[in-house]
Amino acid sequence: METQVVLEARGVTRRFTGVLALSNVNLQLRAGEIHALMGQNGAGKSTLIRVLTGVFPADAGEVLLSGEMIHPASPAAAQRLGISTVYQEVNLCPNLSVAENIFAGRYPRRSAAGLWRIDWPRMQAEAKTLLTRLNLDIDVTRLLSSYPVAVQQMVAIARALSVKAKVLILDEPTSSLDEQEVERFFAVLRQLRGEGMAILFVTHFFEQMYAISDRITVLRNGEFVGEWLKDELPPNALITAMVGRELSAAAGRNEAQVDVSGTPQLAAQGFGRRGTLQPVDLALHRGEVVGVGGLLGSGRTELARLLFGLDRCDSGELQVEGRKVKFDKPAQAIRQGLAMCPEERKHDGIVAELSVRENIALALQARLGIWNYLSRAKQKEMADHFVKALGIKTADIDTPIALLSGGNQQKVVLARWLATEPKLLILDEPTRGIDVAAKQEIMNEILALARGGLAVLFISSEMDEVVRVSDRIVVLRDRAKVGELPGNSSEQAVYHLIASGQN
Amino acid sequence: MQSLFKHRLFWPFLTLVLLLAVDATFNPGFWSLQWRDGHLYGSIIDILNRAAPLALVALGMTLVIATRGIDISVGATIAIAAAVAALMIGGDLVIKDGVAQRVAHNPMWLAILVSLGAATLCGLWNGLLVARVGMQPIIATLILMVAGRGIAQLMTDGQIITVYYEPFFFIGNGFLLGLPFAVYIAVAVWLVLHLLMTRTALGLFIQSIGINPAASRMAGLPERLITVCVYAFCGLAAGVAGLVISSNVKSADANNAGLLMELDAILAVTLGGTLLTGGRFSLAGSVLGALIIQTLTSTIYSIGVPPEINMVVKAAVVFVVMLLQSAEFRAAVRGWIVRPSAGGAR
Amino acid sequence: MKTNKLRLDSRFLPLVGTIAVFLLTFGYGSFAYRGFFSAQVFLNLLIDNGFLLILGVGMSFVILSGGIDLSVGSVIALTTMISAALIEHRHWSVWQTIPLVLLVGTVFGAFMGWLIQRFRLQPFIVTLAGMFLARGLCYLISIDSIAITDPAYVVISEARYALWEGAQVSVGAMLAVAMLVIGIWLAHATEFGRTVYAIGGSEASALLMGLPVKRTMVLVYTLSGFCSALAGVVFTFYMLSGYGLHAVGSELDAIAAVVIGGTLLSGGVGYVFGTLFGVLILGSVQTLIAFDGSLSSWWTRIVIGALLFVFCLLQRAFENKR
Repeated sequence: METQVVLEARGVTRRFTGVLALSNVNLQLRAGEIHALMGQNGAGKSTLIRVLTGVFPADAGEVLLSGEMIHPASPAAAQRLGISTVYQEVNLCPNLSVAENIFAGRYPRRSAAGLWRIDWPRMQAEAKTLLTRLNLDIDVTRLLSSYPVAVQQMVAIARALSVKAKVLILDEPTSSLDEQEVERFFAVLRQLRGEGMAILFVTHFFEQMYAISDRITVLRNGEFVGEWLKDELPPNALITAMVGRELSAAAGRNEAQVDVSGTPQLAAQGFGRRGTLQPVDLALHRGEVVGVGGLLGSGRTELARLLFGLDRCDSGELQVEGRKVKFDKPAQAIRQGLAMCPEERKHDGIVAELSVRENIALALQARLGIWNYLSRAKQKEMADHFVKALGIKTADIDTPIALLSGGNQQKVVLARWLATEPKLLILDEPTRGIDVAAKQEIMNEILALARGGLAVLFISSEMDEVVRVSDRIVVLRDRAKVGELPGNSSEQAVYHLIASGQN
Repeated sequence: MQSLFKHRLFWPFLTLVLLLAVDATFNPGFWSLQWRDGHLYGSIIDILNRAAPLALVALGMTLVIATRGIDISVGATIAIAAAVAALMIGGDLVIKDGVAQRVAHNPMWLAILVSLGAATLCGLWNGLLVARVGMQPIIATLILMVAGRGIAQLMTDGQIITVYYEPFFFIGNGFLLGLPFAVYIAVAVWLVLHLLMTRTALGLFIQSIGINPAASRMAGLPERLITVCVYAFCGLAAGVAGLVISSNVKSADANNAGLLMELDAILAVTLGGTLLTGGRFSLAGSVLGALIIQTLTSTIYSIGVPPEINMVVKAAVVFVVMLLQSAEFRAAVRGWIVRPSAGGAR
Repeated sequence: MKTNKLRLDSRFLPLVGTIAVFLLTFGYGSFAYRGFFSAQVFLNLLIDNGFLLILGVGMSFVILSGGIDLSVGSVIALTTMISAALIEHRHWSVWQTIPLVLLVGTVFGAFMGWLIQRFRLQPFIVTLAGMFLARGLCYLISIDSIAITDPAYVVISEARYALWEGAQVSVGAMLAVAMLVIGIWLAHATEFGRTVYAIGGSEASALLMGLPVKRTMVLVYTLSGFCSALAGVVFTFYMLSGYGLHAVGSELDAIAAVVIGGTLLSGGVGYVFGTLFGVLILGSVQTLIAFDGSLSSWWTRIVIGALLFVFCLLQRAFENKR
């Protein structure tokens, strides 16, 4: 059955100061269909969405809505045409009420006699009706910030519906949702699909994509690779389309047993913080990779932050090589031989305008203090060493780090911490937002470091990575530790432990 | 040649040269230097002397701006420092062995110490508000900007306190090896700062904090300590400037001392190439900026324009510099001047 | 229902706090000094600080949008100077002068707003430069003060309207209350006002939601410029002179009034109504000092600085708890 094409991009091209972000890309969204847009980081998905939603225009090509050419000059214009977008970070205003967020920009008004002022009661009533359509029954007069992210996402969708959208574009909407919330979200999407909405769904979660989509378009390096019906494109073929080559099987794990008999490098007993993490017991030994498995919101990053001194614990104690310690700030943890690669690379990791050389030297310099300055020659020596050791692709060590790609930036941050010669390294989502090739390099490096005697705590939301690389897996659920599993456990075993909540 | 244009100090230097040229055109005797009363004498010397206190404040302001902050209370700090020094020194008429002499209330070194201490305390206050309480720098320093001047006025009861003690005048009026002593003070502070920034990790740390405070904290930088120190130093620098100024006019006027210095200092820093958004900074640029502003004042005077227009001109220069530093503005200008070629390429 | 009440409290807590502080201040004065507790003393707060209330309304919008305007005091001075020069030297009438100065202030604000929006400049530096530009223009017109002796001005300045026996208000006070009402209406009943709140909450989101962010940003500073000019008109009636040193420090007073009134400096949270109480508190402090008689006038500045400091601290504590 040929369904009607609602939104179409034809030969769309877009350039950014010398970089070709999109080149001759096609996309066809049909009514009553959920269409997935797949591609690696840097493939052009975000750029394409921005062109479709009027954030900026295409340099060449056309965008057609129901067959007619459109040139939305702004997100507001695109909205008026019936194209609505829900972004990964809920792009609403947390300080306004739910009702107001839904109707911002299109407030119901009183008549001339009422001086055309905003009709608050009517706005709240209509907001409530819209949310009921999405099976959500909440107080619409409360501030948006008082609700969890999953609810905020629903409010964003309600807003999209209130503009009588014909096209709904969802950019990584499930990144902050747990399994139950994702299921509820998908139920809503199926309902909208049944009502004839054309939906574009961008995600990097394979499972979710296969669960909900009807059709798939793949982009690679800004180019259009192809469009398939879901059943025509099994996972292997999808990966090949996205990457452009057959992925070699991941390096097998070293089955050698790690000696855990000695004093642990870091030991935590009853360690926790009220409201953030329930008391946990944990031990990390030199030479082992301990993975932390758990769903979003289970407390993985919170555990890392507490261990590193970014947040203060209020119960339990911490020991480094048997000595009792207390960390009030990262500088103290660093002095005890800890190091941490943060989750948010851009926010907590790179110092944008400084050079690669300066970024690498930063943590070591901080530990040495203000007076013990590493000379430029020493910094250069250090930077050259790590550029070679980690394979960092940069024109020069004096290039500002902001100009490097995500993967290389991550390597620089890793280099920064390795330069301090730590005894324990905490890695929080070290492979997030990095292309497949660089991911592999970093994973191999982690294993090599551990075999070299480093204690590694490895946090990742990609369970297959955790399972593949860890000697031991600590499992968290809802801000508490539910157990530990040996390294060669399967993903199912980990999820089973999470689900059942007990060993 | 390309790299010459790209050098950060090129544009400030060019501006200074242009201004000096205009000055020399309207004022034929501009470049003339004479040796009088045991020291050099001329318009150039005048500019250097008057620019010294501004350069001091600008140096302190540079570090604060580099950490993404701002300090608009420097004028009030100058007033407080001047008031403390003047009150502590004074200068009473005393007859000793039949000779009339001026004697200070307190030893001069003590007065200077207390005065600088008070100024540093002001800076410390700002620093604590910004680093520990987490207030926005503009608000934190706005509080001291007005309340501080009130404190200075309270100390002097709104009167001008005259200083009669001769040795004190040397700071702002004295000459060493032919050049004004104030210039030596400014150069000395500049040199010390330069050494601190390049021979220790301070320069790296300050830039890092200005660019990304969260990442800096995570890397183990003592960012709160550095922030507090940077504001404290800014206060200290303002204090030194206050001493130079009050010594120069031989009095302390709580109502007017250091008035409008904030804008001049911020202007000097931005003229020197340091961005208001923080990060990389240039001490030499700020000194150049101070010289530019002083030359600007002297140029306005020499052209014969009434001095009241000074404020308007400075405000205009701030607008222009701000616009030039704005990426959006440069893009817009490029768009006006360069018509896009067919094909959509850059 | 119990949760309803708690929720109401948390959002309005700052406002309730401010009103409580005002009642405490006024109450203290009533106990400590004879003659303090009277309707006229209260109304004098509005008469003497009418210009500050008008400034505060404009400043509320600016701070709610996440910005700041340091030029407001200087625009008042410029307004008084232009008025005085036109009235005394050019013999313009009141009805010709007032629209012109209002226009000047509005255009001044619009210009700053345009620079801030179009080139993404930081508000504090643009308005700081504007502050110096406005005062500089004052000095260009005249270095010394120009006294206003025009009879129409004097009549308006001295006019008093009795609300009831022993309770009088001035033209300035009435203008101030009118501006307050307009401000509250703008904030809650118009798209402009709601967009200001949205921008203060998250400018990026407001843009993506399709709100007229650019237009609103410019309008916010235009409104502030208008309010500064209107406050200048009221100030002219109050002082009957034009002078470059008028209203020095008023920007701090306005910011203090807004902050004390419960509006967060980071933007997006607060009520224009609260600014009224911020102004009343500042006025009460000034009246207390005057009643006391033993403290010099420098103390007012210091106390206002101290109050601002305390409320900023409270705001930080409030934000940390959320």
